[in-house]
Amino acid sequence: MKEKEIVKADHKAILDMVEPDSSVLDLGCGDGDLLDLLVREKNVRGQGIEIDEQAIYRCVARGLSVLHGDIDTGLSEYKDKAFDCVILNQSLQQLRHVETVLNDALRVGKRVIIGFPNFAHFSARLRLFFKGRVPVTASLPYTWYETPNLHFLSLSDFIDYCREKNIKIKRSVYFDRDKRVRFLPNLLANIGIFLISR
Amino acid sequence: MDKKENLGIVDTKFFNLPQGITLASGEKLEPVTIAYETYGALNKEKSNAVLILHALSGDAHAAGLHEGEDKPGWWDAMIGPAKAFDTNKYFVICSNVLGGCRGTTGPSSINLKTNKPYALGFPLISIGDMVTAQKALIDHLSIEKLLTVVGGSMGGMQVLSWLVKYPKAVRSAIPIATALKHSPQQIAFDEVGRQAIMADPNWKSGNYYDGTHPDSGLAVARMVGHITYMSDISMEEKFGRQRKNGVGPFKFTADFEVEGYLRYRGDNFVKRFDANSYLYITKAMDNFDASAKRPFHEVLSGQPVKVLAIAFKSDWLYPAYQSKEIVKACKHAGIETSYCEVDSTYGHDAFLLETEEETHLISHFLKSVSQKRGKT
Repeated sequence: MKEKEIVKADHKAILDMVEPDSSVLDLGCGDGDLLDLLVREKNVRGQGIEIDEQAIYRCVARGLSVLHGDIDTGLSEYKDKAFDCVILNQSLQQLRHVETVLNDALRVGKRVIIGFPNFAHFSARLRLFFKGRVPVTASLPYTWYETPNLHFLSLSDFIDYCREKNIKIKRSVYFDRDKRVRFLPNLLANIGIFLISR
Repeated sequence: MDKKENLGIVDTKFFNLPQGITLASGEKLEPVTIAYETYGALNKEKSNAVLILHALSGDAHAAGLHEGEDKPGWWDAMIGPAKAFDTNKYFVICSNVLGGCRGTTGPSSINLKTNKPYALGFPLISIGDMVTAQKALIDHLSIEKLLTVVGGSMGGMQVLSWLVKYPKAVRSAIPIATALKHSPQQIAFDEVGRQAIMADPNWKSGNYYDGTHPDSGLAVARMVGHITYMSDISMEEKFGRQRKNGVGPFKFTADFEVEGYLRYRGDNFVKRFDANSYLYITKAMDNFDASAKRPFHEVLSGQPVKVLAIAFKSDWLYPAYQSKEIVKACKHAGIETSYCEVDSTYGHDAFLLETEEETHLISHFLKSVSQKRGKT
């Protein structure tokens, strides 16, 4: 499955960005694939937040600590710098209050890792330009009427945003499916992963 | 996975504390007897003990059958070989609460100074006092650290109280469908129950032990309780507007199924419960506040305890927001926490009925807590 390959590549990239034995908060952790990987490979002290009840059961079955709730309201109780790292992988585009969550994530985590699909990937551009249809691509697989995504942004949009808000981008990695992209990422990559901090 | 089995015949044991216990009020209560049951075996390291804490109307008989009886303990679906609290792995303990009427010292016990039941001479007790008694039992069983403390509703309050009083004595905690403190609505329902008992002419200011007991008052209290334990949907599903025996309405007999059910529940309850215990225990619940002395997150701060909190969607007596308050404190304190709001239509009763979801959550949680040992 194509989507699975993308997941693996971005998980690997995130794995490289996380310090061993650190504490990690994964916002929108789903079934806990990434968190489980981080616990096993990096011995992190992991905590997840996830909205889907069935996903909670799967996380608990893996021995993960996970809270049933939505990310939009889930961060305010945490103390400043409560975690070494806060991860928002493939969940940024689905948040209702992006700025509030981003600010809170940057407050709660010493560092934040953000991964999201690039809306300006050439396949999306082609579909929009030639077919006049909203992009349905490998990293944006949903039709307009069933998408959980509320925000559509490109890699360049995010870089602009960070510059504007004085957020430091410490590292960034780009992929087209499972292949690293080092040239013209905003055109050629369908996923971007950023390590950021205040 | 192993096949779930039932425990078979079990019996209640008694632990006597001749020196009694000192209550939070400063009063001394002596002697004290604690009724308890245990299932499974304590391992050599004494690291597999689980303390089950019962709710308002529960008792020490959490699982298995008593000789000659056909009704199993109140959480039988959860306790036994290959069940959530797997007695092949864990040593499970459940005791009747202080102030109760099922073997542990309470208002119906004999006051040695007067040779009569305490009745209202029994001191006001708190949830914390119940926990003091449980700690004495745990010490008696020479267990230093419990693998977990777990309970629903009032049992959950005792879980929180364990974290407040003896955080070093627990490795993990599982509060279910409970609250840091009662809301005015919860206090109000308890007060209706108490007023029903005290309005019964047979109550006689609590001195009824040598005569007729205030059964009708206690039954009404139980009926009100049962309404709050169900949900609009669960009542609709269970009873609808079904009439009993298909007869038409006749004056004020219990002609709706729901009426018959409540009366049956009320009448049954008085056979096993003491009205004065009901007064004392509900008051203890109303007075409970886990953050009375200091904010609950401060209580948890720095403790290496793991928490699993569970709430149920249709529970309007202990709504999920109250469990979320507990979770918030855990987050603030930086405690590793899992929380699940189980999609159930059973209302507050769900903590006794949704055993499949609870089994999944609890069995995996306990496994991870057990494995964590020594990894710190």
